This record gives sequence, C-alpha cells and structure tokens, in this order.
Amino acid sequence: MSAVANVGNVELEKAAREEAEHHKQPFILKYIFSTDHKMIAKQYLITGLIMGFVGIAMSLLIRLQLAWPEQSFWIFEALLGKFQNDGVMSPNIYLALVTIHGTIMVFFVLTAGLSGTFSNLLIPLQIGARDMASGFMNMLSYWLFFISSVIMLSSLFVESGPASAGWTVYPPLSALPEAISGSGMGMTLWLVSMAIFIASSLMGSLNYIVTVLNLRTEGMSMTRLPLTVWAFFVTAIIGVVSFPVLLSAALLLIMDRSFGTSFFLSDIYIQGEVLSHQGGSPVLYEHLFWFLGHPEVYIVLLPALGITSEIVATNARKPIFGYRAMVASILAIAFLSTVVWGHHMFVSGMNPFLGSVFTFTTLLIAIPSAVKAFNYITTLWKGNLQMNPAMLFSIGLVSTFISGGLTGIILGDSTLDINVHDTYFVVAHFHLVMGIVGVYGFIAGVYHWFPKMFGRMMNKNLGYIHFWITAIGAYGIFFPMHFIGMAGLPRRYYTNTAFPYLDDLANVNVLISVFAFITAGAQLFFIYNFVYSIFYGKKAVQNPWKANTLEWTAPITHIHGNWPGELPKVYRWSYDYSKRNADDSDYIIPGQDYIPQNVPMHEGEEELH
Amino acid sequence: MTALLIVVVVALLGVTVWQISKIFKLSKPVGEEDSPIANNKDNEKQGQLMLVFMVLFYAFMFYCFYEYSRFYLPESASEHGYDYDQLMFISLGVIMTVQLITQALLHYFSYKYRGKEGKRALFYADNDKLEFIWTIIPVVVLAGLIIYGLFSWSEIMNPVKKEEARVIEIYAYQFDWKARYSGEDNTLGKANVRLIEGVNQLGVDENDPYAQDDVITRELHLPVGEPVIFKFRSQDVLHSAYFPFFRAQMNVVPGMVTQFSFTPSKTTKEMRNSDYMVDKVERINDIRTEKNKELEAEGGTTLDTYEFDYYLMCNKICGVSHYNMQMKVVVEPKEDFEEWMKEQQEFKEVIAQNN
Repeated sequence: MSAVANVGNVELEKAAREEAEHHKQPFILKYIFSTDHKMIAKQYLITGLIMGFVGIAMSLLIRLQLAWPEQSFWIFEALLGKFQNDGVMSPNIYLALVTIHGTIMVFFVLTAGLSGTFSNLLIPLQIGARDMASGFMNMLSYWLFFISSVIMLSSLFVESGPASAGWTVYPPLSALPEAISGSGMGMTLWLVSMAIFIASSLMGSLNYIVTVLNLRTEGMSMTRLPLTVWAFFVTAIIGVVSFPVLLSAALLLIMDRSFGTSFFLSDIYIQGEVLSHQGGSPVLYEHLFWFLGHPEVYIVLLPALGITSEIVATNARKPIFGYRAMVASILAIAFLSTVVWGHHMFVSGMNPFLGSVFTFTTLLIAIPSAVKAFNYITTLWKGNLQMNPAMLFSIGLVSTFISGGLTGIILGDSTLDINVHDTYFVVAHFHLVMGIVGVYGFIAGVYHWFPKMFGRMMNKNLGYIHFWITAIGAYGIFFPMHFIGMAGLPRRYYTNTAFPYLDDLANVNVLISVFAFITAGAQLFFIYNFVYSIFYGKKAVQNPWKANTLEWTAPITHIHGNWPGELPKVYRWSYDYSKRNADDSDYIIPGQDYIPQNVPMHEGEEELH
Repeated sequence: MTALLIVVVVALLGVTVWQISKIFKLSKPVGEEDSPIANNKDNEKQGQLMLVFMVLFYAFMFYCFYEYSRFYLPESASEHGYDYDQLMFISLGVIMTVQLITQALLHYFSYKYRGKEGKRALFYADNDKLEFIWTIIPVVVLAGLIIYGLFSWSEIMNPVKKEEARVIEIYAYQFDWKARYSGEDNTLGKANVRLIEGVNQLGVDENDPYAQDDVITRELHLPVGEPVIFKFRSQDVLHSAYFPFFRAQMNVVPGMVTQFSFTPSKTTKEMRNSDYMVDKVERINDIRTEKNKELEAEGGTTLDTYEFDYYLMCNKICGVSHYNMQMKVVVEPKEDFEEWMKEQQEFKEVIAQNN
C-alpha cells in the first residue's frame, strides 16, 4: 500500500505546491485579513490560547488568595497596582478576577477558541468543501472576536476596575456603580465587548450551518458526516438560537445602566437615596441570561465531545460504537439544553412549580449524556489503542465528563440544590464537566490536528508529561472541592475567615491551590511544545494517524481551495477501521486497517452499520 | 503549617525544573526509533500508566471520603432537613456507584486493549440491545430520583398555613441583615424603600396599624419546634439568605418578596452539645490556638476562642463585603424566646422615641 500511496502523495504535493506558487498572496491578505478557513482557524487558535493564558493566570491569583487569605505576596504587588495594599489583594479585585476569569474561560477560550478553531478548520476539510460558504463573513467573525478580546482585556486597566459582578453579571449589582465600583466603566466595556462577541459568534455559526448544509461533497450524506462535523453543526444551531437572547439581555442592561429604563430594576435604596427605577425584575434578567447560559454549556461540551469521538475511534482503530445513537444524543442534548435553564434558578424566587418542571427536563438530559459516555467506553473495548497524546486527553475527557456529569444529578434536583446552590460544590461540578472537558477537548484537538494545521508534528513525550500532570492535577483540584461545598462554603467569598466555623477547611484550600499551581505549571510544557513544534517540529506525513476522514486526503501544503484539481468523492462513512473482508482472511484493503472515505466500496463489501 | 506547605511547593517546583531539563533531553530526537507517533513501547507504557492512574484516582477518592466527609454539615437543625439529607445520601450513593463502575471500565479497557503492532481491533459498530439497556437503566434510576426529589420539593416549598406559623421578615442590605417579627397580630406592616427615613431603616409604613407591633432586631431568634414563614426583602441588590444548618436558602430580590419556611428542630444549645459539634469546635479551636501563636509572634491581634452559633450567610455576590454578610441565628426553647422578645422594642416605640 505504502508505495502506491507515497507516489500519490508526491504528485499531490507537487500539484499543491504549484497551485500555491500560482496564487501567491501578499502577506497582509495571507496572514492578517485572510479569508481562508485554515488561516482563520489558526488565528482563532492562537488568540484563544493567549486568552486562555490570561484566564488561567487569573485563576492562580484567585487560588493564591484563597489558600493564604489576606497575606502579602510580591506578585500581587507587581500585578494589581492600586488594587492591593502592601501586597495584600483587595476584595474589589478579587471579585473582578473571579468575574473576568469566568468570562474569558467560558466565552473567549471555550466558545470562540474551541469552536472557532476546530469548526473553521474541520468543517470544510471534513465535508470536502473548498472553503466556508462565506469567506468574507468568516474573516469578519474573527476580527470581531479579536476586537471583543481587546476590549475585554482593556477593561482590566480602567480606573474604577473591571466588571466585578460575577460572570453572570446579575443586575442590580452590575447596573449600579454605587453598589460596586466595577459596575462603572469596567462593566460598560464588558457589555460592549460581549455584544461584539455575540455578533462574531453569530456570523461564525451561520456560516458553519450553511456550509454543512450546502457544501458537502458528492456522496457526503448527513449520515456519513464524521461526528465532529455533527457536533460543530448542532453547536452552531444552539448558538444561533440562544446567543441573540443574551444580546437582548445585554442591550436591556445597557439601557437600564445608561438610559434610565427599568427592565431589571425596581425599589432600590442605595447610598442614602431611592432610585427612580420602578417595575423591573432582576429575575427577568436571570431568565434571559440562563436561556443562553445553559445552552452555552453545551456549546462548549459538544465540540469537545465531537473531537473526542473522532480521536477515540481513530486511535482505537475501531468504528465509534453506536454512530446513530451518538447523533441522536447530540440532537437530544441540543433540544433539551434549551429547556433546562431554570435549574440555575431554583432558589431565585421563581414559582416552585417551575422548579419541578426544570428538575424533570434537567434529569432527562442525563440520559443522552450517559449514552454517550457508555458508547465511548464500548468503543475502547477490544480496540487496538494507539496511545498518542490526543488519545490520552480524550480518555481523560471521558473520565472527567463522567465525574463532573454525575454531580449534575445532585444539582439538577431542585430539592438538593437548596443547600449546595452557589457553594463550592457547584464550582467543582461545572469546572469538571465544562471547564476540564472543554480544555481537554481543545488540547486533544490541537495534538491531533497540529500536523494538519502546521505541517509538523508535536513532540509526544512532552505531550505525555503534559497529560499526566494535568490529569492528576485536575482531579486534585476539583475532587476535594465537592467536600468543602457540602460543608456549606459559598463561592465568590474573598476570604472564609469571617466565619470561624469554616476554619478547618483552610487546609483543603491550601491543597487545592498547590494542585492548581502544579497543573498550571504543566501547561508550560504544552506552550513550549506548541511554539517549538511550529518551527522545529518533525515534518508531518500526509496522514500521520492513519485516519479515514477527508482532511487527511488533502495535501500537507495549504492551498486556497484545499484540494488541487477535483474535490474528493465520498463512498462510505468515516469509521471503517479494522473492517474485515467477507471470508475474514484480511482487512478490506489488504494490510491496511483503515479505509478513507474517498475509497469506493469493494465488491461484496457490506456497510455493516 | 503554611510555611511547611510553601516549602513543599517550592520543593515540588524544584523537582519540576529538574524534570523539565531531563525531558528536554528526552525530547531531542535520538535516531530513527524516535517517532512523533505512539509506537509499541509508548502504547505499553501509557497503557500501564492508565492502570496506575486508576489506582491512584480510586485511592484519592477514598481518601477524600475518609478524610473530608466529616466536613459534611451536622445533622439537620430543621424538620425538612432530615428528608433532604436522606435524599442527598441516596443520590451520592447512586452516583458514586456509577462513578466507581464506569471509571474502572474506562481505565481498565484503556490498559487492557493498549495497542500492539499486528493486533486486530474488533469491527463492532452497533448493538441495539446494548444501547437499549444503557438507555433504560438511567431512565429507571433517574425516574426514581426525580419522583423522590419532587415529593420532597413540593413538601418543602408549599409553606405551612399562615395561621400555624410565625411570620418573620428577613431584610437584606449591603452588607448586613435585619429581622422583622410580625408581633402579636402575626402580620407584617407594609413597607417600601421609599419610606426609609431616619431610624426607620427598613422603610416600614408608620401609619399601617399592622406595623405598630412589629419588632426589628439584629439577631434572629427562633423558638424550637415552631414553623416559621420567612419573607425576604432586599433594599439594594440581589442577596441570598443561606441557612446551611437548616438546609434552607432563598434569594433576596429587590422589588419583590420571596419566601421560604422551615421548622427549627434543634436548639443552639443542643447543637453545641452534639458529639459532632464538640469535636468540630475543638478542632477549630486547636487551629485557632496554633494561629494565635504565629499572630502573637508577629504582634498582631489574636483570634477569639470559637463557640458555635447558627448563622445566616449571604450566598449571592453582592459587593465587596459579600464574604462577611452574616447574622447570628439563635434557636431556643419557647420560654427563652418570649423572654428575649419582651426585651425588644416594638416599632411604634422606636418611632415615638425618635420623634
């Protein structure tokens, strides 16, 4: 096989290089205002990683304060400016860090960074398209994201401090600068940044949807789509359904703040004065926010799970178990995700009957999630697991998805939520099930598609070290956190020393912080590996993981239009790994345990799925 | 303790740096053998590490349960709380069972089926029966939990009749709480932030006859065994009234009145004398004595000896002092409660005094 394939490769590469030579573009069009989906994916990736660096650095400052509250550290003195006193962090900046850490990680890293990178890279390549439906809109989408990132970061430097009402920015706290100084200029910038971010996200999502629906190559029916594309496609739909609602919430909040309307404000007496606002309701804001907020969890999760499906199948050398069930689960999760938002509001003063309804829908969503977890485990069963770093992160992802998902059964139960609501139990839950899963999916994707993006390979030994420290650290941070939550420790407390009853939890907080520092330190391996490999990594071969999907039939040299000459035709689904011939004497293609999607069905071969 | 931990962290960082230098050596290509794709040796080693990780992970989970489960709140001090705790333990039991089984399978399979050159994976794409089984099992288990949960929920959230319960308003503002008892008539006087003036900090309507016998206090005293309906009101931003020992919580929303009711079932004294609390307080005071030694050496003010009291804490981010917005809660026998109540001033007296 290899001889034939190699000849094919040489010719393909030659054609690609010729075409690239032919279409030489000036630097500014190629690297900055690029309309090529592969370049835009890389722009998203690097912006997302930089935002991730900032977000994680913030969490370390938070952890430093939580483990050794109100103690002096030179790093605070160096970084926090007037928001510290002799190296002791002020409560103001603590809340600001909590807020911006949440915002950056949820939106800028795990929404734009994750979806932006891999939807852009993989949708056209895996469905066999030349590019996105609208390359221009795609470029616009990235640059709006870039602008919103810059605005969000610039809010760190305003006089009155960045937004500090928590990443959910509930009014009235977020509406009244009298209530907290971060609700002044910082909050305005937060809202402007988010409004632009939503515009960017919508442009991206519409583009993904249209591309998947219209630009699939010949033979690529919906039921032959790789699960990655299914996940990105459905994620984009959820985004289009729910992000506009957040935009309306943000606009109404801007109106309340700046133009004296009263959508969310009523009966407020603050700093010796009664405000004129009358008739609004903060609970209305909570509804609008969580109508995006909960689907947002799945906007983060589904791409990570899609990436995992692809990586697990490829590296297990087995078809993904239950393809149809996986697609059905994605659709079920997507639908249910829009009718569960109320479980964030069981004790908000909402009618208790609604609480029962949301408990019911919330626990329903556990069913498709469970099906997905079981299917991953079965995919591993009797496989021939290739332990590449991407595979390790995918297995780790399934593990944290289960650990974090299970505690959702407690939080989704309105009764049990009463006493763990807004405690560290919640913090542990969503960090495991959304944060860690999202990050693992992101990292796994980078390891797996790095050769596709940069034409070089990442170092696997550094990848192994990176994985094991991260895997131990992630559980070291978040598993003990459940217990301090069940002890009744609220989140977003600057220090717990005001309640002597909580004194004996201090040691656990120190342990968690130590794990956090070590885990964050391990990410330096990744950064080093990433940057080093871009320039000096080993040259990649065309299909390093021996995968079936179409992106690996494209030449290593990136060209505008992805394939020189004709687009590949598709004859089968993307999971024909280790498929045997009729008399079970060898694989369908002798000596090769995978059959790329562009290989026609052999005589007498059955689909078998 | 802290110093020791810092030493540990520094030591670990040192080890990390040393390891990094070793890894960089490893990461340099050594020859033909070195490939960026996992080979037999990697599969073998990483598969084994999966098993090691599984053992470590299970050991850590058991350690956490062994060492940290004592942090779980003491036996509930409210009547509905027993039900709450039972549901919590059943749910924890269910999820930990699932956790232990699935994590074992996941990691064991990762070890057992680690790749070997020439090994054949099984082409196994679908099995409707299996899919059915693991759809139906969660359905049944979850249905059980949902039904149990919903029964408890409607019991907790359907408040007792007003005639049978004492009505108390909990009033929240940056960054403190006030309690307003409804007095003899068990009806709270009308109130609105627009009426806040001078000593009338809660904006109670001075002309409302129901308001005259209201009693406003800084501490919350509750007679044991009597149901209470709490009405929550905020004057500025969202707060959340969190009573961890009573398994009760409700957000406090400006512009609307929210409510929650429970029946305290254990007096402060009983709770203080419970084995759980005696142990806990002793542990906390040991920690505080330790800390005081440090503080004395630095010349700072020392911490007081801790004695347990119930408290109400704010659990919705509300501003810079969110972390210290608390109110002492005292549960006592009815006689003591009435004694205490007699010492308090009624609203009309407070107003008359200040006019």
